[in-house]
Amino acid sequence: MIEIALLVQGLLDGSLYALISVGLTLVYGLLRVLHVAHAGFFTLGGYLCVVVTNTTGSFPLAILVAIIATGLLGMIIYRAVYHPILHHPPFVALIASIGLFIAMEESFRIIFGEQGVTYLAPPLQMTLQLGEHFLPITKIIAFFASIVLIGGLGLLAARTRTGIAWRATVTEPEMAASFGINIIHVRYLNFFIGSALAAVAGIIFSLTTNLVEPTSGDVWSYKALAIIVLGGLGSMKGTLIACFALGIIEAYGTTNFLGQIMNRDAIAFAFLIIVLMIRPQGMFAKR
Amino acid sequence: MPKDNPMEGLLNSYEISLVVKAAISVIMALSLNMITGFCGQISLGHAAFQGVGAYTAVILTLQGIHFALATAGGMVAAGILGFIVGLTSLRVRHDFLAITTMGVVFLFSGIVEQTKALGDTDGLSNYPHPELGPFNYMIMTVSLAIFVLLVSIYVQRSWMGLAFKSIADDEDTARVVGVDVAGFKLAAFVMGTMIAGMGGSIYAHQTTIIQASDFGFIESITILSMVVCGGVGSIPGVILAAIVLTLLPLWSQAIGDYKLLFYGGLLFIMMRFSPQGVSGLAHQALILIRDRGKGRS
Repeated sequence: MIEIALLVQGLLDGSLYALISVGLTLVYGLLRVLHVAHAGFFTLGGYLCVVVTNTTGSFPLAILVAIIATGLLGMIIYRAVYHPILHHPPFVALIASIGLFIAMEESFRIIFGEQGVTYLAPPLQMTLQLGEHFLPITKIIAFFASIVLIGGLGLLAARTRTGIAWRATVTEPEMAASFGINIIHVRYLNFFIGSALAAVAGIIFSLTTNLVEPTSGDVWSYKALAIIVLGGLGSMKGTLIACFALGIIEAYGTTNFLGQIMNRDAIAFAFLIIVLMIRPQGMFAKR
Repeated sequence: MPKDNPMEGLLNSYEISLVVKAAISVIMALSLNMITGFCGQISLGHAAFQGVGAYTAVILTLQGIHFALATAGGMVAAGILGFIVGLTSLRVRHDFLAITTMGVVFLFSGIVEQTKALGDTDGLSNYPHPELGPFNYMIMTVSLAIFVLLVSIYVQRSWMGLAFKSIADDEDTARVVGVDVAGFKLAAFVMGTMIAGMGGSIYAHQTTIIQASDFGFIESITILSMVVCGGVGSIPGVILAAIVLTLLPLWSQAIGDYKLLFYGGLLFIMMRFSPQGVSGLAHQALILIRDRGKGRS
């Protein structure tokens, strides 16, 4: 029974990883930039949702505000930060992104305070009984929300004209441009969707923990980077598999001997380093 | 530099601690500069090597071993880890390497914080300190920083420095023209991480307690920001940035309170407007002045 509970736990954590990592993969696929500040949008989404819920009392409104505002900020960040430095070597954008992430976290600390924020009346706090284990309903919502959102994204990419333009830009930017696709628009769309998905993950996180702190994004930031590297950088399928693999490995790892010599985050990176030693291009790279 | 002062009474203990802190930063920044600046291999986990050096040296001094030997031990331990991470740099490149080196920090703190013998989250304290007195400790630290500076200059001007530069510029071309890319990369990692281990031991024996969180990701980024703001590969720029970035938050209360916002913003603004760092700005200014001079004559 404990095995099944761990498996479910792993899948649920994996789905939250998926929501964050998809945005990161999208950015990497399009710009070849490791967007460390992505986790800042995750934290921002959580903050906005908590603050708007507490001030207006309406949880659905808070979700809407958090997702749209975070998505728009993503577009602004692309225009103000990444767009002007794309012609420099890749480490320039990487370091700028790290700087941005640190500055974002400090801004959260200054604006919302050191202690973090909590819901006055936390929504959706029911639990589901599974044998003798209890599962919070928010985690189940997270699981289905990520499947629906990522599935929808997949449909968008596969079926619509926008999706075709998007995929064309990822594979052959110059060719796509010569066919009349506005690459800049595609990038804006990309940042909007990626950041909005991070906000959804942040909202779910705020529900499961009922606490959003300035440093809430830390662990997710580094782990999401590890995940997209595992998945082969820019490969969507690989990223999704890596998300669920890592969720399950962490769930099992913390309960056996591994948990005694290293903590949960270290397990993730140990797994990453081992995989990279065997397959330097990640688990599922096409290149 | 106050180091030239033979009079011990001229600096109070606070000023002495500032000089030691700045000198340690110079050592750390120059050691990372060897890997990232000279050889072009990005490392987001440099503080982990400092941590390995610090923990190894403290464990050795706890066994009653002399500080100098313990520091050497710390250097060897950090160098061995550096060799291993260097091996990964042969397998993975660029973005993959950045994430792998970031992972080293999390592995380090994750393992240290779960290990009783290393004091888990409490850290190690109550270890013997070298009987030098603060002033002599400062002289020693500054001398070591100058020694690291000389080593850096020597490496940069040697054949090895040229090989490093060729790898940083274009690894594949370097390999084609017969540069032993693997060997030189490993050399850069081992040298840089050994010096970082030394910095760790000096750091540990200046303070009274070391914890895994002293050598975390933010500290790694702090060291990286010194190298980046100074100008990747530029020795004078890196030294200047290391000193200024260490002393500024301590000197100004306003900057100290918002230290991380300051570091983060600085990194971001430097990359956005001047990716070559201070040395790049200085270089451009020099060219401007020279061209203007030519125009007039």
